[in-house]
Parts: sequence; C-alpha cells; structure tokens
Amino acid sequence: MTQTHPFVEIRHAQKSYGKLEVLKDISLTVERGQIVAIIGPSGSGKSTLLRAINDLDPLTAGEVWLDGLQVNKSLPHRQYEKHINEMRQQIGMVFQHFNLFPHLTVRENVTMAPKLLKKITDKEADTLAEEQLDHVGMLERIDYYPSQLSGGQKQRVAIARALAMKPKLMLFDEATSALDPELVEEVNLVMKKLAEEHMTMIIVTHEMDFAASVCDRVIFMDKGLVVEEGPPELVFKNPTQERTQAFLRKHLEGAK
Amino acid sequence: MDVELILKVYPYFLKAAVITVELSVLTTILGLICGALGTTARLSRFAIVRFLGAAYVSLFRGTPALIQLFLLYFGGPQIGIQLDAFSAGVIGLGLNIGAYMTETMRGAIISVDEGQGEAARTLGLSRAQSFRKVVLPQAMRLMIRPLGVNINAQIKGTALVSAISVVELTYTAQRYIGSTYKPFEMFFLAGILYLAIITITGKGVAYLDRRARLQ
Amino acid sequence: MGLDFSVIPPFYGTLALGVLWTIAITAASAVLSFFGGILLAVVALYGPLLVRLPFRFVAWLFMGTPLLLQLFLIYFGLAQIGVDLPAFVAGVIGLGFHYAVYNSELIQTAMVAVDKGQMEAARTLGLSRRQALMRVVVPQAVRDVLPPIGNNMIALLKDSALVSVIGVSELTLSAQLAIGRTYRPFEFYAAAAVLYYVINLGMEAVLRGFEKRNRLSR
Repeated sequence: MTQTHPFVEIRHAQKSYGKLEVLKDISLTVERGQIVAIIGPSGSGKSTLLRAINDLDPLTAGEVWLDGLQVNKSLPHRQYEKHINEMRQQIGMVFQHFNLFPHLTVRENVTMAPKLLKKITDKEADTLAEEQLDHVGMLERIDYYPSQLSGGQKQRVAIARALAMKPKLMLFDEATSALDPELVEEVNLVMKKLAEEHMTMIIVTHEMDFAASVCDRVIFMDKGLVVEEGPPELVFKNPTQERTQAFLRKHLEGAK
Repeated sequence: MDVELILKVYPYFLKAAVITVELSVLTTILGLICGALGTTARLSRFAIVRFLGAAYVSLFRGTPALIQLFLLYFGGPQIGIQLDAFSAGVIGLGLNIGAYMTETMRGAIISVDEGQGEAARTLGLSRAQSFRKVVLPQAMRLMIRPLGVNINAQIKGTALVSAISVVELTYTAQRYIGSTYKPFEMFFLAGILYLAIITITGKGVAYLDRRARLQ
Repeated sequence: MGLDFSVIPPFYGTLALGVLWTIAITAASAVLSFFGGILLAVVALYGPLLVRLPFRFVAWLFMGTPLLLQLFLIYFGLAQIGVDLPAFVAGVIGLGFHYAVYNSELIQTAMVAVDKGQMEAARTLGLSRRQALMRVVVPQAVRDVLPPIGNNMIALLKDSALVSVIGVSELTLSAQLAIGRTYRPFEFYAAAAVLYYVINLGMEAVLRGFEKRNRLSR
C-alpha cells in the first residue's frame, strides 16, 4: 500500500475527569520532520494533549496515530500493554522535571531501556551512550550521578536518554520551565540542533521566542480547544482570534 | 481448625495472658526508669558517667536479650544473685528495653535542645532551668510515639521468658503444641491474645500522644 | 560458687562453631528478609486484591506476635503438615519471613514516596509496568530505606539466638552445650555475650560501609 497518511494524527481527542472537560474534540496532524509548538495558558489542556500522544494520560475518546499505526488501539489488557510499550519506544518524551533515574549514573540512565528492550550488548550500549551524550554535550559527565548535575545538564541527559531509543517522534513537556533562566539556553540549543536534523517534535512551551525561532507551526490552545494555528509569523504577529491576542499581549508583557 | 480443642484450652491461655500483661507492665515501668537513668547518665557533665551510660546502652543493645536473661537467671546465682524466674524475667527484660528507651529519650531531648535550649539560655536561664522548664516538657511530648514502638517490641519480647519457664502465653502455647500436636490452633489462640494486648496498648499510646500534641 | 573463666578454653572449638552457625543463619535470614521484603512490598502494593488482602492479614499477624511463637509455629506446624525441615532451615524461614514483613513495611512506604515522574519516565521509554517497578521504583525505594533495613538486620542477628530453642546449634545453643558439661552458666553466657557483641560490631561496620557507598546515587 502506498496510501499516504499524516505522520502524526490526532482525531477527535476528548478527555474529561468526571465532569471537567480538559480536551474538547481536538484534531490535528503533524508531518514528518515538522516541529510544532503548542502554546496556551495553564489549564488549557496542552500538557494533557501531549501526554495523550503516548497514552500517558489516556483519552476518553478519540484516536492517536503514529506513522500508520494507532497508538491507543483498543485491545485486551495484556496485548495492549505489549502494543503500547512498543509504540512508546518510538516516541521519546522529555519532562519538565527531567525525571532522571537518581539511582543510576548518566551512562546507565541512557542505556537502561535500550539494553532491556533492544537486547543490545554492553559494548554496543557503551557506544550508544557515548554517541548520544556527545550529541547533547554531556559526554564528560558520563559516569556522574544525576544529583551531581545542574538542571540544564540533567535535561540534556534526559534528552539523550530519550534519543537513545531512536524514536520517530519527540515530545517536550515544558522542558525548560523548571530551569533557572541562565540554564535555559543550553537546553534550547540542543533542541535547535535536533530541529536541524529534522527530528519530528511536538513542544509544549511557554517560551514564545523559542517557538517563533524554531517551530514550523504554532498551535494556540485554550480551554481544551485549538483556538488558532499556523506558521509562527502569522500566529505571533497577526493573530486573528481575540483570545490569542489577549494571551500574547499578557505573555509578552510578562516577559518584559 | 479444631474449635472444640480451642474452647477447651482457652481458659489456660487467658490465665497465661494475664501473666504476659503483668510482665509487660512491670517491664515497661522498669524500662522507663532505666531509660530515664540511662538518659541522665548519657547527658551528664561528667565524662565517666557519660561513659557508663554509653556502655550500658551499647552492651545491652549489642547482645541478644535471651543471653542477657540466661546470664541473669542461670548465671546470677554464681555471683550471689538468686532470683525466681518471674523476677529475673522482669529485671532482665527491663534492663534490656531500658537501653533502647535510653536512645529514644536521648534522641528526643537532643532534637529539642538544639534550638530551644539555646534560645532559653540566651534569655538568661541556667542550663538546669532551661532543661526543666523548656527542653524536657517538649521532649516528653516528642518521645511518646517512639516509646510506644519500644513498648510494642517489648510486649512481644516477653515471650523470651518462656525459655526460663515462666508460664506466660508463649510458654503455654508451646506446651500445648507439644501435647496436642495442633500448632496452628495454639498459635491462633496465643496470637489473638498478643494482638489484643498490643492493639489496646497501641491505642493507649496514640491517645496519650494526641493529648500531648493538643497542649 | 565463684567465677572461673579457665573453664572456657577447652570449649573454644564449640563456641567457634557456634559463631559460624550464628553468622550463617543471620546471613541466610538477612538475604531472605531482604528479597522477601521486596517481594512482599510489591505484592502488597500492586498485587491483585485477592492476594493483597491475605498478605496484609498475615503481615499484621506477624508484626503483632512474638518471633518465638512464630518459630514454634513454623517448626512444629510444617512438621504437622508433613514438611519435615531441618531446624536450621525452619529457623531461616522463621527469622527471614519475620524480618521480611518488617522490611516490606519500610519498602512500601518508600515505594509510595518515589516520585510519580519516575514511573512515567520509565514507561515512556517503553518499559512495562513490571520492568519499571523492578528497575526504577524498587531500587530507589530500597536505597532510601537502607539504613533502617540495616538496623533490622542487626536486630535479626540478636534474634537469631531464639532459634536455639528449636535446636539450631548456633552460638546460644553451643554455650548451653558447654554449660551442660561444666555447670558454669555465667562464664559461658558471658562468653557468648562477648562473641555476639563482637559480631554485632563487625556487622555494624559492614553496614555503615554499604551506606557510605550508596550516598551519591540520590
């Protein structure tokens, strides 16, 4: 079959906790190699949407597709677990609070999952760790423990850990929000580098400048809906929706 | 489960439970006294007294309670200490738990003294005054819960005196296991009674702890 | 009858053997209590309800009754249902399981306290729930409670004296053996006390060493 399909597709995503509707019928697509930023006020549902893509927060209704496969396929429990673990190996995720494994060294953080799931040898694992850590500029700290690293360094290791699984898609959940301002740039640089290598990325962020400079598309969400989307120059310079304008006005003021 | 047997022997277990309660109460009282003395010694101004306190704690915590009990009961007569089994049990276990209680009490006092004691002394109170008026009352409150843990352990520890033939719960259970070959039933009976004693004591400690915290 | 410590040297061999058995039973029980504690903690938190409830009940039973009583139950109870175990094995099971319950309580508390993000991060890498538990959550929880688990192991050493009552010829029973021949309880119990004290010191030193090595990885 040569039928073309979007690389990432979200169809009619809905999510509610009891009566609270966090996502109200969201549909969107992301092409291979595209870099998409999701912005919006807190509580807009942007993190929930991101976490639904790898089924960390399962949707109440709707479908998520990656490269022709449905991520949140409905299957009996045991089969579903196997399926989702395979899907998640293709979707890297980076968290606001890094979530590095504190009991493992930097090297072990990077190699644990590949060793366990891809059955690579210790030697291959070492090469992989060195490669990935070199990529994010953390090779020198390969045998350190996370507690010995700064926040920015931790996040770079967390990115290397995700990349070591050779994912098709990377999700960033406010990757720089928990960092001291002077440490933000080193993480942004790594993300820019990934962008230049045409990694497909979906980035939830508060940093409008970064979104404007790196992303191909910006999605503005509010109250569980996509309010506006388009290329950054359009969304940031000439937003058509009043809610977008209000958000940007407030946010740009806050930044100054 | 042999219910008939249980119904037949339970009065003996109840009687034995009374002995266990007596042992527990007396041992706790002696333990608290030893703990208070031990703590006083550990916090003394005199190095030699501090050393004696530390030696007491270290020796009694560093060796098995069973050995301490045997040494006192079987070895005592050789050095002129002649005790009946029950008294030897109370004294042996009391000295043992007293060493653990010393550490509990000392820990509570030190944790209060660090900030509060200093504050009191800067107000011009003497060391003794600040200890009596400021540190001790607060430390007492802090130590109720961990002392409760000590007491819980000590109630179970009374089982050791079965080894010197005091007819308490474990001894009774052991004897009936031997004569009836019904270990599960006997364990069940003795177990329920131990759990009852421990649960009631635990509730009592929790009540005291709550009251102390309200003040 | 005064004290005469010259009765001890002829029994050096007996006591030395007793020390070895005490170390052996303590080590075996400590290992059982460590891994048993992990297993019990995982089952108590993540097992199916039908397994979880009986587990909680047994844990409650074992924490509320004396170890000595449990040793009798295991030694005589297993014999009654046709499992005739050597005293040493029964002793290891009794001591090991008793302390496994205590260790499990510590580990459970620590597992609940492990940051939720740890499980999430492991799952997003594609690890199954079980893999994430065993590789990420449990090691961190265990590391966090290593000092109190160490204290349990030191308590276990002293409680190992109890298995003398079911006939394991460890240090306490060795001393009793010598007393049976010499009628010198004070000398031999004192000797046993000294030996326990020394083993205790050694064990504390080893455990502190372990803890120091573990400090970085937090």
